[in-house]
Amino acid sequence: MDNKYVIAVLVSNISGVLSRVSGMFTRRGFNIDSLTVGETESSGFSRITISFHGDDDIKERIFQQLKKLHDVREVEVLNANETVIRELLLIKVRNKPESRQDVMTAVEIFRSKIVDYSPTALICELTGETSKIDAFIELLKPCGIMEMCRTGIVAVERGDNCLKTVK
Amino acid sequence: MIISGAKIVVETLIEQGCDTVFGYPGGQVINLFDELYIARDRVNHILTAHEQGAAHAADGYARATGKVGVVIATSGPGATNLVTGIATAFLDSVPLVAITGNVPCSLIGRDSFQEVDIVGITMPITKHNFIVKDIEELADTLRMAFKIAKSGRPGPVLVDIPKDIQLAKCEYEPKTQPVIPSPIVYAPENKLRQAVQMIDACERPYIYFGGGVIAAKAYEELTAFADRIDAPMGCSLMGLSAVPSDHPRFLGMQGMHGHFASSMAEDEADLVITLGARFSERATGNKSRFAKNFKIIHIDIDGAELGKNIPADLAVQGDIRDALERLTAMVTEKKLPEWEARIDALRLEELERTQKALEHSYAKNCESCTAHCGRSDVPASKKLTPYEIIDAVSEHAPDDAIIVTDVGQHQMWTAQRFPLRKPRTFLTSGGLGTMGFGMGAAIGASAATGKRTILFTGDGSFGMNLNELATAVTQNTPLVVVILNNGVLGMVRQLQTLFFSKHYSNTTLGRKTDFVKLAEAFGAKGAHCSDTAELEAALTAAFAENGTFVIDCVIDCNEFVLPMLPPGGSIDNIITEIK
Repeated sequence: MDNKYVIAVLVSNISGVLSRVSGMFTRRGFNIDSLTVGETESSGFSRITISFHGDDDIKERIFQQLKKLHDVREVEVLNANETVIRELLLIKVRNKPESRQDVMTAVEIFRSKIVDYSPTALICELTGETSKIDAFIELLKPCGIMEMCRTGIVAVERGDNCLKTVK
Repeated sequence: MIISGAKIVVETLIEQGCDTVFGYPGGQVINLFDELYIARDRVNHILTAHEQGAAHAADGYARATGKVGVVIATSGPGATNLVTGIATAFLDSVPLVAITGNVPCSLIGRDSFQEVDIVGITMPITKHNFIVKDIEELADTLRMAFKIAKSGRPGPVLVDIPKDIQLAKCEYEPKTQPVIPSPIVYAPENKLRQAVQMIDACERPYIYFGGGVIAAKAYEELTAFADRIDAPMGCSLMGLSAVPSDHPRFLGMQGMHGHFASSMAEDEADLVITLGARFSERATGNKSRFAKNFKIIHIDIDGAELGKNIPADLAVQGDIRDALERLTAMVTEKKLPEWEARIDALRLEELERTQKALEHSYAKNCESCTAHCGRSDVPASKKLTPYEIIDAVSEHAPDDAIIVTDVGQHQMWTAQRFPLRKPRTFLTSGGLGTMGFGMGAAIGASAATGKRTILFTGDGSFGMNLNELATAVTQNTPLVVVILNNGVLGMVRQLQTLFFSKHYSNTTLGRKTDFVKLAEAFGAKGAHCSDTAELEAALTAAFAENGTFVIDCVIDCNEFVLPMLPPGGSIDNIITEIK
């Protein structure tokens, strides 16, 4: 059974920690769909959000191997139904009279924002779940995508569940 | 007191209970070696011929004692030479602290002379590693390295120390005792209750144990548990020596080259209780066929091992010694006469099959094998077989001798045959299968224990690190090196014989090395032997010697390790005889 999983990892904020985490995936032959990392409210810790697909067995192995890493403090496989998942997209498309209205419509429907506008190109910003971002990109393809950049997902559990109460 | 980083390293090693370290000096550890010189009456440094030998020696020290082994090397090639040794320790869960020098912080990342990113290189083969860039953190980092190395499932830790950190000074306060490992993880009560239900319900239990039993020192608990549930025991290569070879319940190693009765009993069991083993593919053969007929209880200190290779019906994370003690108290005592009778029948069948295989032994039947090995002047009936050599050595060896092997056919023959008597007396590279492991490991084990050490090796493996004869001679290591010399890389050749139409691609060595002259050149003694009388004389001379003695035993290149499960095969395809 191929499922999508999102796993949140709280790590000590020291150099090399990202190599250790991503290296574990490479070494053990696990695939990463997306990986994001950023600081947390506590300067000593960073939070890594990794999405991957696989069966329950792979999920369990990834979870166990992550737990073993010395710099990893907390690991949790997030329940998709109980989690807010977001991704940010910056996408640059051609600013041509014949397709401008299509871009504008897509921006409006998807509640995207135009964050840069020049005579030849415009940049849209969009936040949302992966599927929403995918759909938006699909819509803009005919308009001529010049370049794009997406952050990969970040995720936080709903309610008062926390990865860890960092003091 | 305010002291230099180099001195802090040495003081911290001493503080952590380290009496012997292994290593090789170089430009980026020269300060550290200066401090080792000053502290030479408090910590003994053993200089090897090559850093790989030093890493294996620290590994052998750790395997023979259970203590953390320490190896020191310089930056660049010194550090990369440790890599095979560190990986060997990692795959066999051996507690090791490797200390490397590096170029000063200001030169890091500039491809300076003898600079490598050893932290990056060893990341996948260490439990954890560090580069120390702040002198204030040096002592605590080293302490943490020891703590990680010996906590839970043991393993190697590397600490990379740039030269400027060794030179810098800071306040050092010695600790009065070594760091304590992280608290033991105990098996949850509800899991053990489930285990008890499964054990009480089973009719044909089989205990399969690995190196975890040795790491947990669960020797007595293991045999008490086996007695309680009337179960036979088999083990992985790494589990050898946890129970005496002649223990009435012990069937020997199972798996690819395991004992017939051990592998068969496992397959016929209805419950396999697995303790501190990882179901390596060498132990299971074809995974889809393995465990077709039995349920599995898997107990391991490392949660990541549970379900990693073979799914368990009941997975229990926890200390094996504690779990066994509690299980023994909880389970109902068993008497399983039918199962016992079946085990006895399997043992008998094994004896018969082994006998038959020996009768078909190539050496005993082939007069003319002089192509790559053997001596034409020795009649076939007098030629040495591997088992004869191992048996003869065991008769000469003291009870507490430490047996070390390299990797290949000789390793499997020794694992199958040598009567082991005490825990931690069988040191072998199981997981990584490192040819050349033996010399270093034997030197380290002997330095740690002072005991007589015997290295079984092959002419292939010995060729890899025979430079360490120099170290053994310098250290006056009481070491008997037994070379099972067949002139070929036998393990690969065996596969070529069976599965590659006898295309002996690069496995025929055709060397003219005279191992006795070689031993003498290094300052050791040696003897050739081709028949039982010569072997007896050589062994008598070797064990009368206090130092290092090399016995070059000529065996036939067509000797096979049997039984064997063919690669990717299973117990259904077990080969016990080759005609």
